[in-house]
Amino acid sequence: MSQTRQSPARTLAAHAVLILWVLIALFPVFVTVVNSFKSKKAIFTAPLALPGPDTFDLVGYRTVAQQGDFLAYFQNSLVVTCLSLFLVLLFGAMAAFALSEYRFRGNTLMGLYLALGIMIPIRLGTVAILQMMVATGLVNTLTALVLVYTAQGLPLAVFILSEFMRSVSDDLKNAGRIDGLSEYRIFFRLVLPLVRPAMATVAVFTMIPIWNDLWFPLILAPSESAKTITLGSQVFLGQFVSNWNAVLAALSLAILPVLVLYLIFSRQLIRGITAGAVK
Amino acid sequence: MGQLSLSGVTKNFGPVDVIKGVDLQVADGEFCVFVGPSGCGKSTLLRMIAGLEDVSGGSVTLDGRDITHLPPARREIAMVFQSYALYPHLTVRDNMGLALKQAGHPKAEIRAATDRAAALLSLDALLDRRPAKLSGGQRQRVAIGRAIVRRPKLFLFDEPLSNLDAALRVQTRIEIAKLHRDLGATMVYVTHDQVEAMTLADKIVVLRGGRVEQIGAPMQLYNDPDNTFVAGFIGSPQMNFLNSGAMGLSSHSAGVRPEQLQVTDGPAAIGGTVSHVERLGGETLVYVHTQDHGLLTARLFGEHDRAVGSAVGLGFDPARLFHFDKDGRRLR
Ligand SMILES: Nc1ncnc2c1ncn2[C@@H]1O[C@H](COP(=O)(O)OP(=O)(O)OP(=O)(O)O)[C@@H](O)[C@H]1O
Ligand SMILES: [Mg+2]
Repeated sequence: MSQTRQSPARTLAAHAVLILWVLIALFPVFVTVVNSFKSKKAIFTAPLALPGPDTFDLVGYRTVAQQGDFLAYFQNSLVVTCLSLFLVLLFGAMAAFALSEYRFRGNTLMGLYLALGIMIPIRLGTVAILQMMVATGLVNTLTALVLVYTAQGLPLAVFILSEFMRSVSDDLKNAGRIDGLSEYRIFFRLVLPLVRPAMATVAVFTMIPIWNDLWFPLILAPSESAKTITLGSQVFLGQFVSNWNAVLAALSLAILPVLVLYLIFSRQLIRGITAGAVK
Repeated sequence: MGQLSLSGVTKNFGPVDVIKGVDLQVADGEFCVFVGPSGCGKSTLLRMIAGLEDVSGGSVTLDGRDITHLPPARREIAMVFQSYALYPHLTVRDNMGLALKQAGHPKAEIRAATDRAAALLSLDALLDRRPAKLSGGQRQRVAIGRAIVRRPKLFLFDEPLSNLDAALRVQTRIEIAKLHRDLGATMVYVTHDQVEAMTLADKIVVLRGGRVEQIGAPMQLYNDPDNTFVAGFIGSPQMNFLNSGAMGLSSHSAGVRPEQLQVTDGPAAIGGTVSHVERLGGETLVYVHTQDHGLLTARLFGEHDRAVGSAVGLGFDPARLFHFDKDGRRLR
């Protein structure tokens, strides 16, 4: 971080640009949240107005609470996201460690193979995945989603983490070996803590697409018991009429958990990004 | 105890031969230093002794036990790294005690061993700190302490002082020498610093391109080098190599140490012009450009005034010349 003092004008300009960016980025979120607290008429007559005494209405939230089992959808989303995230981080880090640490025949080839998934969207394989899930009887289970999302997240995780693991000092790992630590201890106790910022980066980039995904829940797990929150919100969007209050309320609620997870990871994330930039 | 022997040790990374057959005996309690230019395989050889790198051929034995294929932790060795390699999440005490803890020693014994090592290196006050809160010199002392605690048969050092500043380097060097005297342990030490090699070693191994060029005591290598490489590598400033033909000698080239050259005003064996002078206070280095031998260095004691560009003569005692054949081998 630079300690040099900048002229106030430049600082001001920089902040103006940053504030503008924040406003643009937050605008859709702001509109969603604000309108979720208004009556239907108020949403359409003055979409940008804050909810006043006569426009304030919790009908959206009431609908969400009554219709469908939103708490269960929520729980499904959380379970799928957290489990997939855990598996992606665990297996991604383990594969990255093996690729960066051990010399074996086909190491580079294996690395390329694992990274291939970054370039080829997993949705291309939807039909085959569906057939597999039908064959294994996993359709309409959360397991199906967890498996698919783990596969989807791994390539990027392996790619980013193996780069970071290469930068962990060899001497440190070797000192561990001489002191009699097992390879597992070296991995979990010495290497993982040192790549924590990279893990947080991977976590955020993995988590958000999983939480927001509509495609795989729709195809693999559309049943009431396995619905995720994104899929659950769709009941309010009809072909002819949409219950905008309920949609906005559901979306506002769906933002919360990601926000919490993001806050948990963000401290590490910022460190990860700046470390990458400085190195 | 700690007698190391390497026989016919080789190492290849794929098609590249990095170590091309090294035979070496290090006696119990001996301080052995590997020197050589960058990339000659010093670290690789050390890591093979440590078990961090597979041995492609040959064998490594320690006290008569074949350790060629043992994992590092079971070789009864300890290693100190250039980058200290302390565990960032452990305190100094835990860093030093980890190996014993892994080996299942009782707590009280580990405590006693770390306290003893800490006292030896004056680390007592730092025992509860994390490595991040230590200076470079302190970190390296902790790393050395971590090695001592294990009471290994063999200490391995890979350029342990390279990351320290000049003053600290001298201080830590003295500390290592003292440690070697106190513990009487066998040590193998890698460096590319002349002074470290000359001052610490009982025995220096000069490596080049994965081969041993010469093994011997520091003064033996200095006064009796086997070839031009060792002659040029040991000693600073470097030995001067004279063109024997131009002086009517039968050898291919003749080496003379800079301190053996006398700079005179009158005619002498070799004539030339002063091209540069370096005054270091205690000594003066005079660089003389000559017609037949290129740039020669003379090392004079005390302060001397020589104007750049002035004509000088260089004299030497012919008995102090080292003669080499055209492959660089010494003619004795
Ligand atoms: N993992 C590896 N794969 C391929 N080649 C390697 C590997 N490790 C080292 N080498 C090669 O082996 C040779 C010897 O390396 P080594 O690190 O032992 O040199 P060194 O004498 O310690 O040099 P320095 O003084 O710079 O530390 C070098 O040419 C290096 O490129
Ligand atoms: Mg080296």
